Amino acid sequence: MTPSNPRQSLQGASFNDLFERRPLTFDPSLKRNRLNRLFTGIAGLFGAIAVLPLFLVLIYVLVKGGQLLSFSLFTQLPPPPGLDGGGIGNAVLGTIVVTLVASAIAIPIGVGGGVYLNEYSQRGWFAQFVSFGNDVLAGVPSIISGVFVYGIVVATRIFFNQSYSAVAGGIALAVLMLPTVIKTTDEGLKLVPQELRWGAYGVGASKFVTITRITLPAAFTPIATGIVLAIARAAGETAPLIFTALFSPFWPEGLFNPIATMSVLIFNFAIMPYEAQNALAWAASFVLVIMILAANLLARWISKMARKA
Amino acid sequence: MTQATAPSIQPADVCMALQNVTISYGKFEAVKNVFMDIPKGMVTAFIGPSGCGKSTVLRALNRMNDLIPGCHLKGRVMFDGVDVYDRSVDPVEVRRRIGMVFQKPNPFPKSIYENIAFGARINGYKGDMDELVERSLRKAAVWDECKDKLKESGLALSGGQQQRLCIARAIATEPEVILMDEPCSALDPISTLKIEETMHELKRSYTIIIVTHNMQQAVRVADMTAFFNAEAVEGGTGKVGYLVEFNNTERIFNAPGQQATQDYVTGRFG
Amino acid sequence: MTTDFRPSGDADAFTLRRRPPAEKLVDTGFRQLTLALASLVAVVLLGIFLVVFDGAREAIGQFGLRFLTTSAWDPVNEEYGAFTAIYGTLVTAILSLVIAVPLGLGTAILITEDMLPRALRDGVGLMVELLAAIPSVVLGLWAIFVMEPAIRPALQLIHTLLGWSPLFDTVPQGPGMAPAILILVVMVLPIITAISRDALNQVPIELRQGAYGVGTTRWGAIFSVILPAAISAITGGVMLALGRAMGETMAVTMIIGNAMNFSPSLLAPGNTIASMLANQFGEADGIQVSALMYAALILMLLTFAVNVMAQWVVRRLSLRY
Repeated sequence: MTPSNPRQSLQGASFNDLFERRPLTFDPSLKRNRLNRLFTGIAGLFGAIAVLPLFLVLIYVLVKGGQLLSFSLFTQLPPPPGLDGGGIGNAVLGTIVVTLVASAIAIPIGVGGGVYLNEYSQRGWFAQFVSFGNDVLAGVPSIISGVFVYGIVVATRIFFNQSYSAVAGGIALAVLMLPTVIKTTDEGLKLVPQELRWGAYGVGASKFVTITRITLPAAFTPIATGIVLAIARAAGETAPLIFTALFSPFWPEGLFNPIATMSVLIFNFAIMPYEAQNALAWAASFVLVIMILAANLLARWISKMARKA
Repeated sequence: MTQATAPSIQPADVCMALQNVTISYGKFEAVKNVFMDIPKGMVTAFIGPSGCGKSTVLRALNRMNDLIPGCHLKGRVMFDGVDVYDRSVDPVEVRRRIGMVFQKPNPFPKSIYENIAFGARINGYKGDMDELVERSLRKAAVWDECKDKLKESGLALSGGQQQRLCIARAIATEPEVILMDEPCSALDPISTLKIEETMHELKRSYTIIIVTHNMQQAVRVADMTAFFNAEAVEGGTGKVGYLVEFNNTERIFNAPGQQATQDYVTGRFG
Repeated sequence: MTTDFRPSGDADAFTLRRRPPAEKLVDTGFRQLTLALASLVAVVLLGIFLVVFDGAREAIGQFGLRFLTTSAWDPVNEEYGAFTAIYGTLVTAILSLVIAVPLGLGTAILITEDMLPRALRDGVGLMVELLAAIPSVVLGLWAIFVMEPAIRPALQLIHTLLGWSPLFDTVPQGPGMAPAILILVVMVLPIITAISRDALNQVPIELRQGAYGVGTTRWGAIFSVILPAAISAITGGVMLALGRAMGETMAVTMIIGNAMNFSPSLLAPGNTIASMLANQFGEADGIQVSALMYAALILMLLTFAVNVMAQWVVRRLSLRY
């Protein structure tokens, strides 16, 4: 096992001249130190470039959108093309309605599906298939979910013979939210210590009681965080809505009629050649961005609070 | 409280000298007021209960603690006539001359050959790489197990072989000092024995400093032994480590100067 | 014997010693319910595929594979080919990644490898994450009114210098592929940064110590040990970002110009499958709907392939470390 020739290890010293030996002092002109500085500089530059767009977008949205901020922005309807003034009241309301419809569909399905994956399935082939499908669904482009809902809801006029509707838009957004909710629930439940479940079974609780009273509440924070983020994301989506919820210049007329949303309003008004409409697009961006950033910070705050507790 | 007695045998040369070293993590002091002259060409062991700061001191010797946020050192660590913690010193240069073997085997996710060649290459090795790889693996007593699979991943070896690969990796750069942080704690007894044999060979060319939990191991491999202990400080939070006694291994285990050492080495320690 | 210690009548207090049938029913019912909900994922996925495929059948029958290679888009003569949109989809997605990958990876290294004070590091991380939260349509608005006018002189310069190349031989006049690529960079940067950061954070500390222990510099350790150990997850993340870039709709639609005639130039207006759908789907009828469905099918298959490959890469390569 040991080297057969003890002299061999003594030779170590004579090989020393095969290595560059320098004094211990830091030599900034050394190639490796120059490279080190160069790469650190590049990384710093890249980091600066990466955060730059956020600043630029936020500044423009806050300045250009903030100018129009007033009470009437939320109480008035958008003006007809060519006229000034007006507000985006119907779009703010519409975004809330459509997002609520989407949440009402996606959250129960997603939490239920997540519960199945983590609590019931033994990670067998079916569960793996569902997880895989969930990942694939998460990667489906948002416009495709619009096409899908157009095909099954809008074109078939399935709801009271109505084509474009708030419900159709909500379903399209729900398709986008679903994978996130399932994934968050699954991951959140994974964090619940097994001992907690055993404890509940140990006092004779049924699986249903264990899940609804013990496991799900224990995983509340990560699931709630994920759901808040999913809702925020859905509220800003446009692509699935443009041919499902469509748009409406009027106040919402129920769930089964076309409805205005802020995101579609931004899209429609941004490409109009009228300054009043462009300005309303910026104002809607302001409201939307503030709502979404607030939701994001709320989600962060939830998980931070929970970590402290 | 620090009564670091001078070693009774006078080492020919001092390799590293710790002068009033205090290491803290944030506000919390881990080890306090360590004075120590580590002799050249010998195996020095650090022993003591967990939490006494022996690993912290070891990692301070090649500035490995720099990687831990908030870790701070006061005092001086002299090596080759220079304070390693001097502002002008390049920690990379320090680590090239003071190699390290870690508690958990940590081969790079590269081939066995590349694991050895990597360190040598970045140290500017100008000789025959194949020869260096073979020599290093032989010195670490792992050549026979590796010679037929140099191109395979280092992770494919067993735990004991991985650790000897890591030793080979450390000696491939011909450092002057090798630090070993409980190198056998994750290994089975047979692998441990092999690594100890390796150490006996290595001390012919290197100064070795080893942290160990295992007192028998200290007796088997070390020429010099330092005993660290920890005590609660008044008004402080938690315990602070300090050097109790540093002497040749025989004295530490047979006729220690301090009662605490006596208690520890005879197993009467709480 | 021990019964003596029990208060009398205690046993009778537990009326539920035997589970009533209703509770068992709830228990199994709940299980079936969650199973059904989980299955919905598969149903939706299958439904999307069937709806798109069914809608595309007519166009597939009429145009066949010629659809992929021709660029006619003529509602009058009912002749359709998606080459312009396919070219635009692939070129914008790939070029945006070429720019975004170094930026995102560099940022991830900056915030994981201890180069900045902790507060600044966390700040950069937070800002990149918030960038991901900005809606696509808002970025599109910003691209139209702020970014595109701002970069036009630079594009003009590129045209002057490199106008001999077919990639730059048109005069930049507003919306086009180049601004679309840049806005895609902004959109995929957070994904690449986040995934790279997670991958780098998962590299075990022992491995870093090993690298520093043999005397590497910080960047020596990054290039030779840390990045290779994290490469599989990073590659997976880049592929996910590619899928996202191909399917990204709003911002691209608003800034790419939606031209139906083919031009290889990056400075000319172009189109992507997603932006074509966003623009035309609402107003199309007849065979045009089917042609759009055909294009949607192609987009679905492309993103599907990329996403599956991403998962495969992560699973396959992660075994090595």
